[in-house]
Amino acid sequence: MIATILAAAPAGAAMSSTPFVAIFTVFVLAIFVGYYVVWGVTPALHTPLMAVTNALSSIVIVGAMLQTVNIDGSMFTPTSVLGAFAVFLASINIFGGFAVTERMLAMFKPKVKKAPAVEASTSEKGGDA
Amino acid sequence: MNDFSTMIATNADWFYLVGAILFVLTLRGLSSPKTAIRGNRFGMAAMAIAVVTTFFLAEGPVLWLIIGAMILGAVVGMWKAKTVAMTQMPETVALMHSFVGLAAVAIALATVLHTEQQHGAVARVELFIGCFIGAITFSASVFAFGKLAAKSWAKTLVGGWVKPVQALLFIAMIGFGGVYFVTDSLPAFYAMAVIAVIFGWMWIAPIGGGDMPVVVSLLNSFSGWAAAGIGFTLGNSMLIIAGSLVGSSGAILSYIMCKAMNRSLLNVLFGGMGTSAVAAGGDDGAPKNYKAGSAEDAGFLMSNASNVVIVPGYGMAQGRAQNAVKELYELLKEEDVNVRFAIHPVAGRMPGHMNVLLAEADVPYDDILEMDEINSDFASTDVVLVIGANDVVNPSAKDDPTSPIFGMPILEVSKAQTVMVIKRSMSTGYAGLDNSLFYMDKTMMIFGDAKKMVEEMVRSINGGGH
Repeated sequence: MIATILAAAPAGAAMSSTPFVAIFTVFVLAIFVGYYVVWGVTPALHTPLMAVTNALSSIVIVGAMLQTVNIDGSMFTPTSVLGAFAVFLASINIFGGFAVTERMLAMFKPKVKKAPAVEASTSEKGGDA
Repeated sequence: MNDFSTMIATNADWFYLVGAILFVLTLRGLSSPKTAIRGNRFGMAAMAIAVVTTFFLAEGPVLWLIIGAMILGAVVGMWKAKTVAMTQMPETVALMHSFVGLAAVAIALATVLHTEQQHGAVARVELFIGCFIGAITFSASVFAFGKLAAKSWAKTLVGGWVKPVQALLFIAMIGFGGVYFVTDSLPAFYAMAVIAVIFGWMWIAPIGGGDMPVVVSLLNSFSGWAAAGIGFTLGNSMLIIAGSLVGSSGAILSYIMCKAMNRSLLNVLFGGMGTSAVAAGGDDGAPKNYKAGSAEDAGFLMSNASNVVIVPGYGMAQGRAQNAVKELYELLKEEDVNVRFAIHPVAGRMPGHMNVLLAEADVPYDDILEMDEINSDFASTDVVLVIGANDVVNPSAKDDPTSPIFGMPILEVSKAQTVMVIKRSMSTGYAGLDNSLFYMDKTMMIFGDAKKMVEEMVRSINGGGH
């Protein structure tokens, strides 16, 4: 059973002839990379992390684009319309996700170090920041 | 495939590799606020490379359809990103998860409807898994959005019938997926997708609002797996890598949230705590006494202390009190009080919720400490001000083995000399538990709206100090 599935893999992969096991290897290794990188994220930035990973998972736009285009022929087919709809949704997340992450991250500021000589001016700065 | 498109495809894989590397660096950047913005830019660059490369692969008659959809999405996304309030972040993130889910469903359907393609056995498995993960992510996230935005249609489901119905739906979903796998029948695929949407809703609907940090993290993870699933269908490594990064990120966040509540993921998802009435452990029914105080007293105490720790909770977000809190923080700093913030991992409605609110109010991040960093300092703290937090400071979690939250890591505020709690009433927290902290001799309860009370403290310090 498994042998038949594996044998069918190259035929099933529409865009490439990569064997299933190779692409599965990438999958497993990427999970490991993700595991170690994400544990390094500081807890203070967990909300921006969620927003940016949201934008990242909208990489499905690549799939949507390939589906929309990959129809060789007429312009409006169920496939192309669904693909375009997916492009629309993913674009909201990509632009919105990165923009809102940028907005959040810009708010995280370190303490303004008080230099004794310019104490008055730093407290002034605090007002207009 | 002719030579030309083969050549493009080969180069595309190299560009996709660059994109994948930049995606890893994006998450890497978030290890510190100093490098985070650069990380985010890496992410933008990676996405731009991926999309532009795909344009080259995707020369065809419906290019304008893609561009039109993209511009429309960009306008909506940018507008939303500019206008959303930071207090609305949890529901916004949930809504965005639902878009990824729906996009994954649309792509899977588009692929299934693609009549010129034959779908082999592996492709059919990938398609149906990708589709139902997407569909569950979609409807579950829509419900989470409604719950977090306090919409009336997002009603928590209670009752004994919920679990059997969930199980039946799940079995039916897998069953139709199996039928599709064996017969390649389109109606079976549609049926599976529809059932998955209903299942996603039914799955999250019984979970209470306080468990939303776990749910939102988990759906974050799901949206990643959905992307990876599409990557398998298309045989595209970059999609798989980006999807797996997001998938593991969400999984880790869920794990951190669960650990901070001392509960297992299964217990959160299927346990239905927060809906069942939990008898408070160790409660003998006798009326207990607490001390109520005024905001003026609190302001006076804090301005005369040398160490103050502020513990914000969901009540601060709900009362939009972060700016008032920042004023209080600045004022105490001017009085030479050492003021810091202590954040419990599950404070608020999503991971890092409090940090973003305080950052928005311009509180420097060096004065905002995580639970593990500050717990040892409470013993030398004069005054702790708890703003709208309850279970995360409940000493029963440490001392009372009969308490349902026993074992949950807490902020040990009861070790401080004086504790002041701003709360709207004596009602119990989300876990339905009484909080022994409120009845301690050192504790002073300040009843009222978080924002109003903090503003009154600011006024009293301003008036009394000068």
